[in-house]
Amino acid sequence: MNQHSHSLPASYDAAPLELTRRAWPWPLLTLLLVAFVLIPVLGDDYWLNAILIPFLILSLAGLGLNLLTGYTGQTSVGAAGFMAVGAFATYSLLLRVPGLPLPLALVGGGIIAAGVGFVFGIPSNRIKGFYLMVTTLAAQFFLEWVFTKFPWFYNYASSGTISAPRLELFGYDLHSPLGRYLLVLTSVVLLTWIAVNLVRSQIGRNWMAIRDMDTAAAVIGISVDRHKRLAFAVSSFYLGVAGALWAFAYLGTASASSFDINRSFQILFIIIIGGMGSIAGNFIGAAFISLLPLLLNQIGQGLLSGMVDAGQLQNLQKIIFGMLIIWFLVKEPEGLIRLLANLGERLKAWPLRF
Amino acid sequence: MTPQMAEPILQVQAISLSFKGVKAINDLSFSVRRGEICALIGPNGAGKSSLLNILNGVYRPDSGEVVFEREHFRGIHPLEAARRGIGRTFQNNALFKKMTVLDNLLTGLSRHTQSGFFAQALGLPRARHEARQFRERAENILEFLELQPWRSVAVGKLAYGQQKRVELGRALIAEPRLLLLDEPMAGMNAEEKHEMSRFILDINRDLGTTVVLIEHDIKVVMGLSNHVVVLDYGRKVGDGTPTEVQSNPEVISAYLGTVH
Repeated sequence: MNQHSHSLPASYDAAPLELTRRAWPWPLLTLLLVAFVLIPVLGDDYWLNAILIPFLILSLAGLGLNLLTGYTGQTSVGAAGFMAVGAFATYSLLLRVPGLPLPLALVGGGIIAAGVGFVFGIPSNRIKGFYLMVTTLAAQFFLEWVFTKFPWFYNYASSGTISAPRLELFGYDLHSPLGRYLLVLTSVVLLTWIAVNLVRSQIGRNWMAIRDMDTAAAVIGISVDRHKRLAFAVSSFYLGVAGALWAFAYLGTASASSFDINRSFQILFIIIIGGMGSIAGNFIGAAFISLLPLLLNQIGQGLLSGMVDAGQLQNLQKIIFGMLIIWFLVKEPEGLIRLLANLGERLKAWPLRF
Repeated sequence: MTPQMAEPILQVQAISLSFKGVKAINDLSFSVRRGEICALIGPNGAGKSSLLNILNGVYRPDSGEVVFEREHFRGIHPLEAARRGIGRTFQNNALFKKMTVLDNLLTGLSRHTQSGFFAQALGLPRARHEARQFRERAENILEFLELQPWRSVAVGKLAYGQQKRVELGRALIAEPRLLLLDEPMAGMNAEEKHEMSRFILDINRDLGTTVVLIEHDIKVVMGLSNHVVVLDYGRKVGDGTPTEVQSNPEVISAYLGTVH
């Protein structure tokens, strides 16, 4: 080490090329191939409707919240409120702007949600930590109230619900489970790609710097307030799109109560379990949250049906689910993604561990 | 060219600063020539850190002004100071603990980012080009400060001395013309101090960076700097070359203690 010379090389042609050249991401490409080709061919309607569509949308919502909470360090318990904004805004755009293509309506809904998120992010200039969390709680209740109180948002329907006015793209009807699955998958892939770009960019580094030590970030020249508000806006954009997809591609018919505080907690659990400050963690967390109850249900019915009554069985599942969450968090507070990474490291060395 | 002949890069002119009536700095003037290593020494509470905080705009002096590269400032904003080429490290490391060494270095370039939000979000060629340039600068710094083996290690997991080096690198990556180091060797053992001194000398010699540093270890100061300013209770009690300062009776009584 010590015999290194200290002069800066005039040009640095050799190393950075080696370092920046990327290998083809084969595992990712395989995954995309499976998602776009294999699943549409093999998957049945139940799998698409009940498992894959909600899993993907929850992953997207987790991604949105993770940008704000995991990357920028601003804890929010108002995620579902911003999902509601996206859902109701997209509904309004589809209903009131004739001929507006579906992708534009989704983006429009996301932008409106981003605007609302930006406004609710303004207090983050002054309020930090626990207190900021309470303002996001206020946002959650306020937004839920707005979409219940003012009938304009649900077009004066007596039921107080919204359903997709039209779900089509270039003349193709997307009402079939496969159509909705492909719509959701495409949205998720595009937005995930953008999120990866963002967190690897200077903006992402500024966010993480603010998360780790906001005073130091300010002194070295990062505009802290602006980047916090940006994080609120971008996060709400993702949540807004996720909310619109949740309402129209999964539920079909939604109301303000589809986006209640429980949904917010669900999204927060996804990022805590999956891994804060990780993109892949959102998918793993969403898989855990949406698939494990189904699995427990199957196991419970297989093993205990007849012996325990159905209501008790449901409660038992919730208890086991809660205990599993606690167990995972005790084992690895940084989430399942860290657990998997450690496992991967160990497998690399296996069987020659020493 | 010896620093003694060069023009001043920085002039502190009759600066005073007080906190709730307590004078931290009292009518202080001195100048730093381009290319020199200037050490600020003095007992705890002498106003050394406060002075650095004025120089990079964290504090605003009650009176007096700072002249940096012939421009006069009363109070300069930290962002402005950084943009004009004043870099800074802190007494207690102000690093981003969960981020990697490489990412920490790159945050030093945040205020130099030209590409906008959409360019970065969509990975447009402009943003990619800029990212590549930034990465090259970071790689140069990693090599210069011998930090390559820890490139992708979270800074919080590094030893203290290495963290100090990362902080130096974060200031250095923006290519400052004036580098303010607040106790760069605090808490280090002799070997680490030696290594850090070598880096500071190399930065000064190879990159032509003017350095103003605060240091308590008098042996390090005498070996490293070619200009020493001695502060005591916010006043200047000595100013000159290390040998001049060492033989100044007022300095000896204020800082080094009375001669036995």
